[in-house]
Parts: sequence; C-alpha cells; structure tokens
Amino acid sequence: MVSLTVNGAEHSFDGDPDTPLLWYLRDELGLNGTKYGCGTGLCGACTVHVDGEAVRGCLTTVSDADGKAVLTIEGLSEDGSHPVQQAWRDLNVPQCGFCQSGQIMQASALLAANPNPSDQEILDGMQGNICRCGCYQRIVSAVRQASTGA
Amino acid sequence: MLHYLNKHFPLSPLPATGRAIIQNVSRRSFLKGATGLVVAMQVMPVDTASAFDPYPHGGQGMPHGIVNDPHVFVSIVPDGTVTIVAHRSEMGTGSRTSLPMIIADEMEADWDRVKIVQAPGDELIYGNQDTDGSRSLRHHIQPAREIGASVRQMLKEAAAAQWGVDAADVEATGHQVVHRSLGLRLDYGDLAQAAMALPTPARDSLAFKDEREFRYVGKGAVQIYDLHDITTGKAVYGADVSLPGMKYAVIARPPVVGGTVKSIESAAALAVPGVERIEEIPGSIPPAKFAPLGGVAVIANSTWAAIKGRDALVVEWDDGPHAAYDTVAYREELVASSNAPGKVVRDQGDAEGALSGAARVFTRSYYQPHLAHAPMEPLVAVANVANGKAEIWGPLQSPSVAREDIAAALGMAYEDLTVNVTLLGGGFGRKSKGDYATEAALLSQKIGAPVKVQWTREDDIRHSFYHTTSVERIDIGLDADNKPVAWRHRSAAPSFLSTFAPDSGEMHPVEVGMGLADMPYDIANIRCEDCKAMAHTRVGWYRSVSNIPRAFAVQSITAELAAELGRDQKDMLLEMIGEPRVLDLAASGMPEGFWNYGEPYEEFPNDTGRLRNVVELAAQKAGWGKSLPEGEALGIAVHRSFVSYVATVVRAKVGSDGTVRVPEVHVAIDCGFAANPERIRSQIQGACVFGMSAAMYGAITYENGRVQESNFHDYQMVRSDNFPEVVHTHIVPHGFETHSTGVGEPGVPPFIPALTNAIFNATGKRIRDLPIGDQLA
Repeated sequence: MVSLTVNGAEHSFDGDPDTPLLWYLRDELGLNGTKYGCGTGLCGACTVHVDGEAVRGCLTTVSDADGKAVLTIEGLSEDGSHPVQQAWRDLNVPQCGFCQSGQIMQASALLAANPNPSDQEILDGMQGNICRCGCYQRIVSAVRQASTGA
Repeated sequence: MLHYLNKHFPLSPLPATGRAIIQNVSRRSFLKGATGLVVAMQVMPVDTASAFDPYPHGGQGMPHGIVNDPHVFVSIVPDGTVTIVAHRSEMGTGSRTSLPMIIADEMEADWDRVKIVQAPGDELIYGNQDTDGSRSLRHHIQPAREIGASVRQMLKEAAAAQWGVDAADVEATGHQVVHRSLGLRLDYGDLAQAAMALPTPARDSLAFKDEREFRYVGKGAVQIYDLHDITTGKAVYGADVSLPGMKYAVIARPPVVGGTVKSIESAAALAVPGVERIEEIPGSIPPAKFAPLGGVAVIANSTWAAIKGRDALVVEWDDGPHAAYDTVAYREELVASSNAPGKVVRDQGDAEGALSGAARVFTRSYYQPHLAHAPMEPLVAVANVANGKAEIWGPLQSPSVAREDIAAALGMAYEDLTVNVTLLGGGFGRKSKGDYATEAALLSQKIGAPVKVQWTREDDIRHSFYHTTSVERIDIGLDADNKPVAWRHRSAAPSFLSTFAPDSGEMHPVEVGMGLADMPYDIANIRCEDCKAMAHTRVGWYRSVSNIPRAFAVQSITAELAAELGRDQKDMLLEMIGEPRVLDLAASGMPEGFWNYGEPYEEFPNDTGRLRNVVELAAQKAGWGKSLPEGEALGIAVHRSFVSYVATVVRAKVGSDGTVRVPEVHVAIDCGFAANPERIRSQIQGACVFGMSAAMYGAITYENGRVQESNFHDYQMVRSDNFPEVVHTHIVPHGFETHSTGVGEPGVPPFIPALTNAIFNATGKRIRDLPIGDQLA
C-alpha cells in the first residue's frame, strides 16, 4: 500500500506500485492536466512536483512518491493565479496548449528553486520540455516575466 | 488535401448540403454590369451599402460547401450570453477563437459575453469541417462576417418591431440595439428570443461594418478562448475523455505497412494484472485510405496495464510486399528517376533546346527524407458503440470524414454516429487521418464496452502517414552573359495518392502545384517533370506538404547560383523573380486544370509583385548586407504557398564544433487581410521552430520495411536551448478587399532554405541533404 498526498489531499493506492505517477494521476485520480507525451522522460509533458521538485510523471512510479507530496497543475493555484500561469496568459504563450501544463510545472519549480534565473538558466532549465508548436520564444519570455514581474 | 482527391475517387457518399445560403451573386459584378453606377448606388437603401463585396473562393467547392446560416452558428439567451459554434478543429492555429471573434465583431457582440461551443462532426449541418490546408480563415472569413451581419440585422429588426419604428433608424452597438433620437436601448439578451425567431436575411440585404469599425478583427487583442483552461490543466484533449466502464486499449500494429498477423502468443500478456482480453483488429491492404493498419489490441482496466500487456505480447507477423523497403537504397532509386525524363507537368518555351544550347548548365540535386508529424498529443480516441448507436470522442482534424469512415467500418449508418471533437494537442496533418478513432470504435463494438485507444509515442513515430521523401534535381541553363535562359526541375517523390488508389508512381495535381509547376521565376524556357516513384509506406500530408522539398531545392539552387556567379543572394533572387506581374497560366505552360490551392486563379493569382515585396521587406528589416561576427551570417528564402507569400531571413551562428544557433529571424508574410495578427505571429514563430526541427533532425528511415526511429531521442525536436530565439514577424498590411489567405503552413517552407543558405554564408558548407544532422561537425 502506497500513501501519498496529491494537491494536499491524502490518497492511498494498492495497485501495481510500479505504475507511473502519470497514469495513476490520470486514470485513478482523474487529474487530466498532466499529459502523456513520450513515456520515456524525453518531452516533459507529464511534469509534476514531488516534494517541490519537478519530476517526470512517466518515469516516477507511485512507490517513488510514497509518503511524499505531489503537486499537479490542478493544485498549482486555486484559480490559475500563480505568477507563472499569469505570465503565460499575459504573453499568450500557448498554441495547441497540450505541453503547457508540463511547461508551467517545470517553470514554477525552476523559479521556486531560483527566483531570479539568468537567461541561460531559463534556457537550460526548460530544455527538457518539448513544445512541438514552437512556443519557446514566449515560454522563455513568460518565465522571465514571472521571475521579475516585467 | 482530402477534398482534392475527390475528383479521382469519390470519398464522400453524403449528399450535398442544402443549408448554404450563399448565392453566387456578386455585388461587384452587379455594379460592374450596371450601365449607370451612380444610379444603381442611389436606388440602394442606405443599409445595403455594403462595405464588403462577396468574392468566389475555394470553400464553395469543398465537400458540403459553406454554411452561413446564423441559426446554425449563433444562439443568444435572455441573459445576453451569445453562444457561437466553432466548426473547425482547434490544433493550435487559433481558428476556434478567430472565426467566432469575427462573427462577434460583425454582430457587435461583447466578446466577454461570448461562449464558444465545438461542433460535432456533421458536414450536413455545418458545411465542410476538414481543418487542413491552411483554409480556415481563407474559406470562412466571409461566411463569418455574413453570419455576424445577419444576426445584427435580426436583432435590429426585432428591436424595431418592439418599438414600432423602422429598422433603418436603429443601430446595433456594444451588445445593444439603440434608437438614438427616441433614447431607446435594449440589450441583446432582451431581444434574443424575438431576433432568433426571425428568418435568415437574404445576403443582398445585409449591411457590413466598415473595417475601421472593427473592435476585435485585425487588432490582435483577443486572447485564445481556451487560454485559462490550458494554463490551469482544465482544457480537454482526446485522452482526457473518460466514460463509466471504459476499457483501455493499446495495440500492437504490423511493423511493415500491409503486414498481417501470423500468430499470437497472448498468455504472458493476459497474465499482466489488469489485462482483460486480447482482440485482433483486421488489417487493411494498401491502398486503404485511413483504415487501421490492423494488429492485436491488449484491453485492460488502465492505460498502464494495457502498455505492460502489449510489452508482454508476442506477435509473429507476415510482413507482406514492403518488407524490403530501405530508405538508403530507395534514395538511389529516386536519384536515378530524377536523372531521367519524367512526365512533363509544365512546359513553357523550349527548355530542352535552351539547355542544349546554353553556354553552361548549372545542376544541383537536393534530398529530403520522410518525416513524421509527431504532435505533442499522441493519437488517442474514445468510442462507445451500444444499442445501435456509436459515440466517438477524439482530436480529429476532419471529424465528418472520420464519421463516414467509422460508420463504414462499423457497418452502421452515418446518422447513427456522433463524433465529438476535443481540442487537438497539435495535428500537422496527421489527425486528418482517423485510423485511431476507427480502431476505438471497432474495439468498442467488439467488446460491448466503451474503449479508449491510446497510441504510445513509439506507435506515433512508427505508424504515421509519412511526409513524402524526395529528390529534387534542377538544371539551370545560362547564356554567355550568365543569364538564366532555361529551368528544368525534376521531382521524384512517392505520392500520397498511393494511400488512396493503386500506385501509378505519379503525383497528384496537388503535389504538382506545391512549388513545382507554380515556380515563379521569369525565365524564358521552363519545364517541370514528375519523375516516377513508387510508395512503400503510407504517404500522407504533413504541414506544408510538398512545398517543403520544393522551396528547399528552388531557394537553395538560387543561392548556389548567386554564390557561383559572385552575386548578392537577394539581388539574384529578385532578378530571378523578375518584374512584378501576375503569372499567366497559359503563357507559362501550366497544365490543364492547374491546382492553385483549390482557389479560383482570378481571385488568388500568383503575383510576383507581392512575392518581391516580402523579399524586400524581410531583407530590409533584417538589415541585409550588414556585417556580422565571424561564424554568423544571414540567409534568405521566399516561397508562395497556400496562396500566401512568405520571405524569411535567418541569422545563423555556427560554432567551431558545428553547433547551429539562430539568434534572430525576420519573416515577412503577405496573407491578405490579417484578421488576427497575434495568432499570425504565433503561427510564424511556430513555423520557424517546426522548420528548424525538420532541418536539423527530421528523418524517418526504413530498414527491412521497418521504421528505425521510435521516440524523441532518435526523432529529435528543437528545444529551449536551440530554438530560433527571436522571430520578428512583419505582416504586410491590407484592407479586407485583399483576400485573407493561408497562415498555418506557409511559414515553414522558406525557413529551411533560409537556414541552410545562412549556414553556407557563415561557413561555406552547402547543405543539399536534409537533415543537417552532423554534417557541420
């Protein structure tokens, strides 16, 4: 039996402990904001926070999260008011939008660890998240805006 | 694209819709035909002094045509909420926002009180829904304005009736109808019931807003409708649909196209906890249109169990006739084909004679491998077939075509299906082909429960409808003064026609029209040839289609010739384009029935003045000719596609280790009237990234009939550490009289040669084979 909190709520799971967090969140909890993009940690669409750190939900198993606090896009803020979410809207970042939950979770962890990243630190920090529509220019600007407020 | 195949193969058994109210009545032709223009104007009531004359366009010839009935697209409730139907699929271009925005603006609705609902796939009601070919704004901006103007007129009439005044004396503004002199005003909500009960006004009775009065159109201040949901994880894509009792399926498909199941060992798969059953899906023998490849489905109580079950499944395949497909060997076949005469698809002057009489012949050949679309959202669909009905949910670019295909596969009637369209996590042409939705429907029918079919990324990369692979050989004959006097372009590329009909090895007119026959240079003798190439995989269309290899070849050889002759690349390009003119199809030796993106040529001609203009604009904005640090240079390319004109100047920076960075790009786009400049900019930024991924890494290769790539480690994408850093988009301003044209695709083709031309200017290394890969290392 695995116990964990997801967005502040306690959960336990007695299924396959090797189930990736991604599929647990989606299929068991119905938290669909976390997306499947590659299943091998190459695209970042499934990025969530475990104890405040950005991890790939497809490579992190439920048992890896035992006793830990998981945060998904649904729990990042109550009403979408996290500065990263706000910056994403201010700069009209998304096109199709599919990768953006993962991008936002990656960016918010990056800024939590490093509130004023350099441009290079932003580029390096976001490097694991693919956007096939090609919103990178706006993603980088939005991370910068969320960090500086400008 | 699909539509244009209809000429050859009837794809749609549905009757033509009777709902369109557009009449081919052109006010302009009425006025032109009137002997006394002034008199004609004088007898027209003030309200019909239209600011917008209807023009013919390709949308009217699409299957099920155009519907502009306001009762289909707009509803208003007493609290004033205006609900507008989006009938085009949203895959990131913004059309789900832009078209309703145009309707709202024309009807003077307050955008904050507008709701958008997505139409299910039903072309009998909504008209054509095939969201493909950069057509949404191009074909639907007029109907959107007509719908909006109709509703505005109905609201005015309803208010006038209530007040007992003449409708000509009231105006609609800001979600209200107002009678100024009487000081009366009513909110749209108060008029909703009476207004929407009125019949649809005749097109000729409509008055349109002067474009200077637009609140939203052309401004770029409206944000995409789903922005808040996307940033909070609430937006619903295909995989986010869940039904009570739903089963999860992952499918093992034949590794070679046309392969079939020989034997199945399912014990280990069935032993995986959560796996419930194994079902075979019948295969399809090419040409199979969008039918599933067939294979073996593992059905489980979760996605993870289904994935693990498939890993444990052992299937032996009969590979069929394409087991020898090898893209290295195939390339040699394409080269050989391009070195011999092909079927002539454009013949102007005497290119053969001019080449043999030329002082010298400049010959180059360019290669581009297969590509996979790889949208971020892997293919997925949910189906529930029960009680003689079927309901499907999916990220579908062409939901009504999918509905026809699924109905046929299930042996059910079109009327008994409902096909719901979710948001698409990218499409790029892959999601026009609904094989994945048919799989879900077949499995649900078989097991009697709702089923979600989830494709893994490996499935997506290995079972696509691939972008063609091509060799483009161009011979330019030069006279004694080094002036080009002959142009011969031989294109050898398997056709997407092979997915629909027995393969002749010849192209479809659509592929001929994409940068081959429509080449705009002012050279006296031009011959374009379609060189035979048989397909050995499912060839489909991919964002920008054949324009990608054609722009790469034409714009590369232009720059190569400039370098050879010691000329400035941009000057050479402009000289090749020649004086501003509209290409005369007959005088240019174009084929009978030349394909102009499905648009009437008179309305959407190939205008080299507009082509020149974007070249000059991009060059000027980029500071063409300026000096740059060692290892950096500019490169330029231009291409007309989807009836838009795009020129791109890339600044490339090549490191001593061969790493390529693009610090800056200037793109000039002439897409006619720009309804939503903000989304045009986002599409152009995206097109540069898409082009750069294809240029740097894009290659799907085959050995023994099997795709070798499988995921983002070996089918790589540009990322945040090497994307084109700053893309400046310069939109050529036009009024509404210059027809809106395509935006989603035309940004891609010129990017690639602009990049490789910049790399050449920076390093002296000419890229003729895509992708660039490690060629610079």
